[in-house]
Amino acid sequence: MDAILLQILNGLDKSSAYAMIALGLTLIFGTLGVVNFAHGALFMLGAFCAVTVHRLLSLDIVTLSATEKTAWGTPMEIRTPYAEAWFGDFGTWLIDWSVPVSILVAIPFMLLFGVLMERGLIRHFYKRPHAEQILVTFGLAIVLQEIIKSWFGANPIPQPAPEALRGMIDFGAAIGLEAGNVVYPAWRFIYFLFAMGVIGIVFAFLRYTTFGMVVRAGMADRETVGLLGINIDRRFTITFGAAAAIAGLAGVMYTPILSPDYHLGMDFLVLSFVVVVVGGMGSLPGAVAAGFLLGILQSFASMNEVKSLLPGIDQIIIYLVAVVILLTRPRGLMGRKGVMET
Amino acid sequence: MNRFTVNRRTLLKSSVAMSAGLAAPAFFIRGANAYTNEPKGGTVTLGFNVPQSGAYADEGADELRAYQLAVEHLNGEGDGGLLNTFSSKALKGNGVLGKKVAYVTGDTQTKSDAARASAKRMIEKDGAVMVTGGSSSGVAVAVQSLCQDMGVIFMAGLTHSNDTTGKDKRANGFRHFFNAYMSGAALAPVLKANYGTDRKAYHLTADYTWGWTQEESIAASTEAIGWTTVKKVRTPLGAGDFSQYITPVLNSGADVLILNHYGRDMVNSLTQAVQFGLRDKMVNGKKFEVVVPLYSRLMAQGAGEAVKGIFGSTNWHWTLQDEASKAFVKSFGQKYGFPPSQAAQTCYAQALLYADAAERAGTFDPCGIVKALEGFEFDGLGNGPTLYRAEDHQCFKKVLVVKGKENPESKFDLLEVVDEVPAEQVMYAPDHPMFAGGELGTCNSGA
Repeated sequence: MDAILLQILNGLDKSSAYAMIALGLTLIFGTLGVVNFAHGALFMLGAFCAVTVHRLLSLDIVTLSATEKTAWGTPMEIRTPYAEAWFGDFGTWLIDWSVPVSILVAIPFMLLFGVLMERGLIRHFYKRPHAEQILVTFGLAIVLQEIIKSWFGANPIPQPAPEALRGMIDFGAAIGLEAGNVVYPAWRFIYFLFAMGVIGIVFAFLRYTTFGMVVRAGMADRETVGLLGINIDRRFTITFGAAAAIAGLAGVMYTPILSPDYHLGMDFLVLSFVVVVVGGMGSLPGAVAAGFLLGILQSFASMNEVKSLLPGIDQIIIYLVAVVILLTRPRGLMGRKGVMET
Repeated sequence: MNRFTVNRRTLLKSSVAMSAGLAAPAFFIRGANAYTNEPKGGTVTLGFNVPQSGAYADEGADELRAYQLAVEHLNGEGDGGLLNTFSSKALKGNGVLGKKVAYVTGDTQTKSDAARASAKRMIEKDGAVMVTGGSSSGVAVAVQSLCQDMGVIFMAGLTHSNDTTGKDKRANGFRHFFNAYMSGAALAPVLKANYGTDRKAYHLTADYTWGWTQEESIAASTEAIGWTTVKKVRTPLGAGDFSQYITPVLNSGADVLILNHYGRDMVNSLTQAVQFGLRDKMVNGKKFEVVVPLYSRLMAQGAGEAVKGIFGSTNWHWTLQDEASKAFVKSFGQKYGFPPSQAAQTCYAQALLYADAAERAGTFDPCGIVKALEGFEFDGLGNGPTLYRAEDHQCFKKVLVVKGKENPESKFDLLEVVDEVPAEQVMYAPDHPMFAGGELGTCNSGA
């Protein structure tokens, strides 16, 4: 029982990331019909928003100590971050909470980046075959990766969670099991709650706002919506920006779980595509449901008991499920009839 | 009057001879040298092959700094560093054998194939007469074998697997760093004194040669003091997120987690073990403990607070107070603004040891270097009296047992040395079962 609960919990953080990336991917495919292979890179860019904000907040004023010396005989450097020197305790708090604070920077940046990306590059490929869209977006992903690599180096850059949220939550004790056996780091649980919040907002926005209604109508029949005199292209551009912002937010909040490097996006991209395919291309609830289903399945497959029976199963389980789904139900779990079907 | 005439037969003969000359493989032409990449001009080129990306990139960056410092000192620049404390006085700070030391660098990417490719490039294209570096035993074993085949010396950097000087040892390869067996032998008495004899250990192990031999060595030495090994789980190198490997530990019945991880892997696995509450847990009526058999200051810096109170072993630490260590910290600190890591120290020592062997041998010929290094006893490089054993080209010297400091005084002051275990306690026979299976062979000068 303990082990099962633990694996479900353990799958939550990764599932949440898969679900948020897949949600954006399927939103773009559903609205613009574009297969965006640069979506993983947007997740990575979001993560590096957090790195940049942390670095900016941690910029130091360096003074040399008059009395203390280092072991190599030079005066000891005393480093005080500008944020602390200028804002006192609030500055210390800002540095400690730099990851959540980065959200404020990441939303406008990623939104703008998404809009520029769609207007500057993607829109020229709407009428081209999917293969060409994949090539150009994959190329863009590589360019973004290399820019980040040259700027931040090739190595992962750890980002600490706020000190108050570095502990763990004892779920076992909360439901009457033995204390200390079913525990989960607080930040990972917060990531799950954050993902639920973002996904909830996206669904509510699409469901209850006029903008969302038009986007949904456009997803169902773009031409008819255009004939009604609505500028659907502009709304789709904004939707692209929103999808980029969702990926960016997923990346920002993931940094304390996995130190970001330039390759972070590619690690998630392939799995997120599988999630979209399993959930159903263009289906938003399908992407979210498949994200959690596959993430938790992967977590169970990584149990020692399972791996001792089927070595390496944790590495291939997601692809196995995708193969089965594609063979038996090509449109995915919740995909519309006709999509990906002949 | 003699006239130079060209008839059909002469033309054919000349053409065949010229074609044969042009088509001759490089090694025939190289045959003109007495050994591979014999330095002809006023410089001698060394190849520094270090990880500049991947899980061990931090160590690699420090290794490169140390090599650059060593080159400065060998060429008579800077304060001379350990040339002043080294027991051998063959080096004078005027290069090596009258030649100025130059170097080329390569990125191993912490991958064996990339490391071999960059070492091959340095030997074939850049004319490196010696290759050194690496921060992974997988890389060390692969590059050592390449150097043996190509006829150059390999001075291993940070490599801790028993196999490097065990089953995969080569005559052209030398290791100054200690190994997994020595870690086990040095750590076991300290673990017994602090955690008792009734413990259940769970191993998380990096899945390659270093992890395997460290797991074997630590399990053997802890079982010898009465501990039982509950489970050994292999994890891929550079996994990043170790949560799926750490959660099963919670309900395994183990009361000690042994992390056979190094570099960023260890930083991630230890941090995540702490996040999952392992260090606050009570199991079998005892406080749950974590052990990191191979420690470094760089890792401690990465893991931060998580290292407090955790035992491990290390090859060298910058707070040592012998004259050589102090001199090295001074040179390195003045140049770079922070103290050197154990990776830096071992690489610096290897560069000096190679140069010194060349001076003493009077040649860069790999066979001359091998002869000069085998059985060489020295002191003054920071590890106390040291022997380069002839049988396996492994250095024997004291091993440090360290513990994460509870109250660090600076961001570098993270480990405290709790024991300096003498070389005799970590010594083993060359045919010890953990090192058996390979032949040292004979030196190859590539001539």
